[in-house]
Amino acid sequence: MTNGRPLLSIEHVSKDFYGNVVLHDVSFDLHEGEILGLVGENGAGKTTLMRILFGMPVIMETGGFQGSIKIGGAEVHFSSPFDALDAGLGMVHQEFSLIPGFTTTENIVLNRESMRPSILNDVFGDRMSVLLRDKMRERARKAIAKLGVELDPDMLVSEMPVGHKQFTEIAREIDREQTRILILDEPTAVLTESEAEVLLETLRRLASEGIAIIFISHRLQEVLAIANRVVVLRDGHVVKDTVNENISLRDVASWMVGRSLGEGGRHSEARSFAKTVFTVQHLWVDMPGETVRDVSFEVRQGEIFGIGGLAGQGKLGIPNGIMGLFPAGGEVSLDGEAVPLNAPAKALAMGMAFVSEDRRGVGLLLDESLEWNIAFTAIQVHGQYLKKVLFGLFSQRDEKAMEALCQEYVKLLDIKCTSTKQKAKELSGGNQQKVCLAKAFAIKPRLMFVSEPTRGIDVGAKKLVLDTLHHYNRDFGTTIVMVSSELEELRSICDRIAIVDEGRIAGILPPTADISEFGLLMSGATAEEAVNA
Amino acid sequence: MSARKKLSTLFSRYAVVIIFVIITLAAIPPSGLSVKYILQEIITRLGRNSFLVLALLLPIYAGMGLNFGMTLGAMAGQIGLIFAVNYGIANWQGLVFALLVGLPISVFLGWICGLVMNRAKGREMVTGYILAFFINGIYQFFVMYMLGSVIPMGNKAIVLSRGYGIRNTLNLESVRQSLDNIVMLRVGGFSIPLVTFVVIALLCVFVVWFKRTKLGQDMRAVGQDMAVAEAAGIPVEKTRIVAIIISTVLACAGQIIFLQNMGNLATYNAHDQTGFFAVAAILVGGASVTHASIANVFVGVMLLHAMFVVSPLAGQKLFGSAMIGEYFRQFIGYGVIALSLVLYAWRTRKAAADARLGLRGSQASPAKRSGETAVGNGGQA
Repeated sequence: MTNGRPLLSIEHVSKDFYGNVVLHDVSFDLHEGEILGLVGENGAGKTTLMRILFGMPVIMETGGFQGSIKIGGAEVHFSSPFDALDAGLGMVHQEFSLIPGFTTTENIVLNRESMRPSILNDVFGDRMSVLLRDKMRERARKAIAKLGVELDPDMLVSEMPVGHKQFTEIAREIDREQTRILILDEPTAVLTESEAEVLLETLRRLASEGIAIIFISHRLQEVLAIANRVVVLRDGHVVKDTVNENISLRDVASWMVGRSLGEGGRHSEARSFAKTVFTVQHLWVDMPGETVRDVSFEVRQGEIFGIGGLAGQGKLGIPNGIMGLFPAGGEVSLDGEAVPLNAPAKALAMGMAFVSEDRRGVGLLLDESLEWNIAFTAIQVHGQYLKKVLFGLFSQRDEKAMEALCQEYVKLLDIKCTSTKQKAKELSGGNQQKVCLAKAFAIKPRLMFVSEPTRGIDVGAKKLVLDTLHHYNRDFGTTIVMVSSELEELRSICDRIAIVDEGRIAGILPPTADISEFGLLMSGATAEEAVNA
Repeated sequence: MSARKKLSTLFSRYAVVIIFVIITLAAIPPSGLSVKYILQEIITRLGRNSFLVLALLLPIYAGMGLNFGMTLGAMAGQIGLIFAVNYGIANWQGLVFALLVGLPISVFLGWICGLVMNRAKGREMVTGYILAFFINGIYQFFVMYMLGSVIPMGNKAIVLSRGYGIRNTLNLESVRQSLDNIVMLRVGGFSIPLVTFVVIALLCVFVVWFKRTKLGQDMRAVGQDMAVAEAAGIPVEKTRIVAIIISTVLACAGQIIFLQNMGNLATYNAHDQTGFFAVAAILVGGASVTHASIANVFVGVMLLHAMFVVSPLAGQKLFGSAMIGEYFRQFIGYGVIALSLVLYAWRTRKAAADARLGLRGSQASPAKRSGETAVGNGGQA
């Protein structure tokens, strides 16, 4: 199968976005009829690689890429995704790109309909041609038959089960005569187990007909079940390119998440906690792109509880849902007291604070002074930093107290600013993040959510932010729930780490657990599987 | 779906139609009008208004909502008629001439309207509404100052006594009902303007045929999901502009048909409520911002105008004032539009909320590994 000339060769491809290297000398081949499993964490460069492959305009706009891409031995240069389609590449996206009110047939042949010219063509152009519905249905039937599944060509997409939508998308690529290479980005993410199995069977069938497939998935079992070859990307490098023989889930998981530097970093010393302070039962959150389906966990007094997982799996939805920023349901209680959901003011009033991952949107009043920013929640929610004027008729901001508060935190967190009157938008990312933290600390929270605290800030500031959290936890006993995509960061300060996968908690591990166990949990394995793999 | 839920879905879908039928039926007895009279009025008004209302269909298919911008086409049609009267072209030839003059103007205005709406995606309705006010200003300027001064007007009878500008009311005697009267069928005491209905039928055939063309298919695709359509290579913006141009041109022809039936032209405000009444009619017929059919057009025109015929007399009888009926006209028209928009927003929200139901763990479809969620995972994992 792997002999002969490769159908697709990616040769020494590198790409940086304004100096930030995303892909570094990536090379691999894909042969006719081969299924290649492409594996990598978020930020490993999978998406960028696919964008380069498809000639997405964003690549050219950011300075192009180095290296070359060859199809059938000839170098290709795509200036738009349509060129890539013409060259025989087909892509099935993670989100469905189907027209809901159209039938299976109409979607499969979308914008490639069979038609017959009408008398108005001469005057108004080709788009006045009449569609040939019978022919379109015939083509749809043929494409569906190739997949080996049962699909009603006349069913509306909006009435279909999720699995059928996925097959409709694949059928659309198959209907394109020239499609020789099919790329599937997380095709099984929304499917049930049985649907996913049918899909894998379909892909094997397509491969046996000579179509080459790149299968991107974070579900490693599926990758191992189907792929002839596995390519692992990590931090923009190909760390492994191997035939799928005698490799275990644990191997792939550790290739995927393992840090090349082997830095174990520091871990929190093992601590024991007496009392459960915060419980979450069957939480669901409707946050676009970060859906939480069914999450339950407990946090103990004085603990730093970490929540990790890949992007889009729902970890960000947890704090946002509990704090009332997105529609949510389930039972949440703090110290035995029920926390009302969908009510940010009440969540804050109960003594919970939230440092949002959306620092500039939710976290800061960009056009206001640091004093305002730090005191804002305390003023709004707890009525602090106000003074009565005119015999208590009105309340007025207590500027002096606010300034004192701000001074205190500027010193404590080492916020670099010209004065406490400086506007928040003028600070660097790391200092802005410190202001967000100060705002949360200022209300002396019983429980603090910190979401992606080190995203987009430099290394030195990262350490300071983490140290600050550590310090507040140790010296003031603040219970912290920290959500982060950076596993190392979680392992360095958390007492326990929950890994979220597909809107549910896949398992909770101590920070000292082996890195491959975390990788397995992120890859759709269960806690038991992770330990036994 | 349970029978009860089905019923409530049906009611929310056709709430506007149901309410309207009830009100109209209730108003017939107090109006004292004979059924025959009412039917004749409805036939006349079907011929007068259907074409205008049909002009709304294509933008709805293209996902651009109710095209309040059709007023632009109406203005183009009026300019055509003014020239027809000026040159003294009578009968149906006058109408054809008016259409020929109005056509390029309405294509141009429709193109402008489409360009503007492409910059205001998702807010097409209010954009069209306001754009109509703006173009109205240009129309007023053109008719009030340009005609008779820059563009010479031969027919002094239609020009204001000061020498330029068109009179407030234009007598369309020369083309009055010239389309309706080509063949006026008399059946069982009813007069039916046959040719007008043939023209309307031809437009319906065109709409049905158009939906089966590539362009029609593209329009539906764009209307449902612009991003997907774009990704499939459909020229989204161009398709939307074409939808608006066709709608504007049809509105131009529709206004000419409307005015030939009325027999006179209120030069400066005949178009004011063209969009408003057409939109009210199609909504009364059971259409929504996203869905409409030819049936909605005819049901809507019949119901709305039945109401208009009976409401002044019912008002006279019940409240002692015909003005009450006139008041009802406006009140009901705007009320229907408001109700439809509110229902549409409410349904959209409800659909989103229903979609959310699936997210809840306990009710979710048996997703994989449902047996081992994190319940009771006290941290000893």
